[in-house]
Amino acid sequence: MIAELAHQVGFVARRSVRRTLRQPALIVPTLVFPLFLLAVNASGLGAATKIPGFPTDSYLDFAITVTFIQGAMFSSITAGTELATDIDTGFLDRLQLTPLRRVTILVGQMAGATTLALIGALAYLAVGIASGVSIKSGPGGAVVLILYAVFIAVAFAGIGATLGARTGSPEAVQGAFPLMFAVFFLSSMSMPRDLIAVHWFRTVATWNPASYLIEGLRSLVITGWDGTALWRGLAVGVGVLALSFWAASRALATRMART
Amino acid sequence: MTGDFLPVAGAVLRRNLIHAFKNPALLVPSIVFPLLFLVAFAGGLSNVANVPGFDFPSGYTAFQFVFVFLQAAAFGGVFTGFATAADFESGFGRRLLLGAPRREGIIAGYALAAIARFLLTGTVVTVAALLSGMQVDGNPAQLVGLLSLALLVNLTATLWGTGMALRFQTLQAGPAMQIPVFLILFMAPVYVPLHLIKGWVNHAASYNPLTAIIEAGRGFLSAQPQTVGLAYLAALGLVALGLVWAVTGLRRAERGV
Repeated sequence: MIAELAHQVGFVARRSVRRTLRQPALIVPTLVFPLFLLAVNASGLGAATKIPGFPTDSYLDFAITVTFIQGAMFSSITAGTELATDIDTGFLDRLQLTPLRRVTILVGQMAGATTLALIGALAYLAVGIASGVSIKSGPGGAVVLILYAVFIAVAFAGIGATLGARTGSPEAVQGAFPLMFAVFFLSSMSMPRDLIAVHWFRTVATWNPASYLIEGLRSLVITGWDGTALWRGLAVGVGVLALSFWAASRALATRMART
Repeated sequence: MTGDFLPVAGAVLRRNLIHAFKNPALLVPSIVFPLLFLVAFAGGLSNVANVPGFDFPSGYTAFQFVFVFLQAAAFGGVFTGFATAADFESGFGRRLLLGAPRREGIIAGYALAAIARFLLTGTVVTVAALLSGMQVDGNPAQLVGLLSLALLVNLTATLWGTGMALRFQTLQAGPAMQIPVFLILFMAPVYVPLHLIKGWVNHAASYNPLTAIIEAGRGFLSAQPQTVGLAYLAALGLVALGLVWAVTGLRRAERGV
């Protein structure tokens, strides 16, 4: 039973990975865009490290983790777009004629986005270290950083898949990107929460779960092994993963019942 | 000659405005994005005003407002480029080329539509900034100066986007329209004045024509005009280049009719 499920997941996953890797238009922006923003932000906001209480003297160290989050957002859109395209082109209908189970389709479809997230995370870390980022938690922390980033990307891919399954429209999935961007803008992405001077913004950032995802990742770079930050980030990640996959599974069930 | 030009421009303007205002999915992002940037930059980063050497007298909200205002102008133009591409992708653009007695009027119509869209977005962003307590020190003439610079940026971006749309005639050219504008915008003094930017971005920003425009805009808002001549020279130069780009794009599209 489990062996058959794994075989089915492998079948869908291989297709998903191949399809993603064959599209430079997906890979290049995922790599280039976050790194460009990192370069601009690190140069432009380098002076912010002189604010009393800023947790590090390098804004590059502070901001590097934002690239991982942006990579996760791109992965989310990739997962959603691929599923929506399969619905749009009728491929999902054809899959329903096979013995494939719903869960295998959902999990297998995430493989492309997960691979993209892994490639992105490795590239961000390599470029970051080459540019002078110092990881306080050491080589072990760098490994955890990569795993953590991929985990967040998988959790976000569930959101993309939910949108893809619900709408069946690649354009609608792409249209959700600004909304995800907004959630991260209103977090502690660019400034530590205790240094956000505008009170309402600090309150929003404190209630925004995205802040804890970023702070968990960031702690590995600028603090070392901070159990509290990691635990909070992980809890938010698990919550997003559980909710997004539950919603995606339901949306896919509805979609498959309709077709 | 003008008798043919203005009705074409007016018709394209009217159609674009009806299309934009009847489709909230097209209009809302162009309003929400600048607001989001204003909130994130002016709200989340306001402590940057305490960085040693940050010397903008009107405060961080005003400092960021100018960038977001000019960004809204640029993206108003880019979004109009998207609309042009959509018109050509659907085949409407070809019919427009066949029906227009003076085809340059088509570009003018899209440019006027972009200005109208920007005036709406710019008003929303300005009201939001004022409600959040933005300090305005410039006099009315200086504020008109800021607006005029924004309109020139808007016109440049529209001509760029329209030129791309006329060449590629597909919405798939959207990223190619958007990314260069995004790069130029962010290779400028976005978060802090130029002298506080470090590394290669400082060099890039020093040669970026938009830097002079942003600095002049900030000077107008804070009643301390600076780089005004250079800013207008850069803005008018960009408009001239954009015009050549759009008109040659039109000639290329005409060959396909």
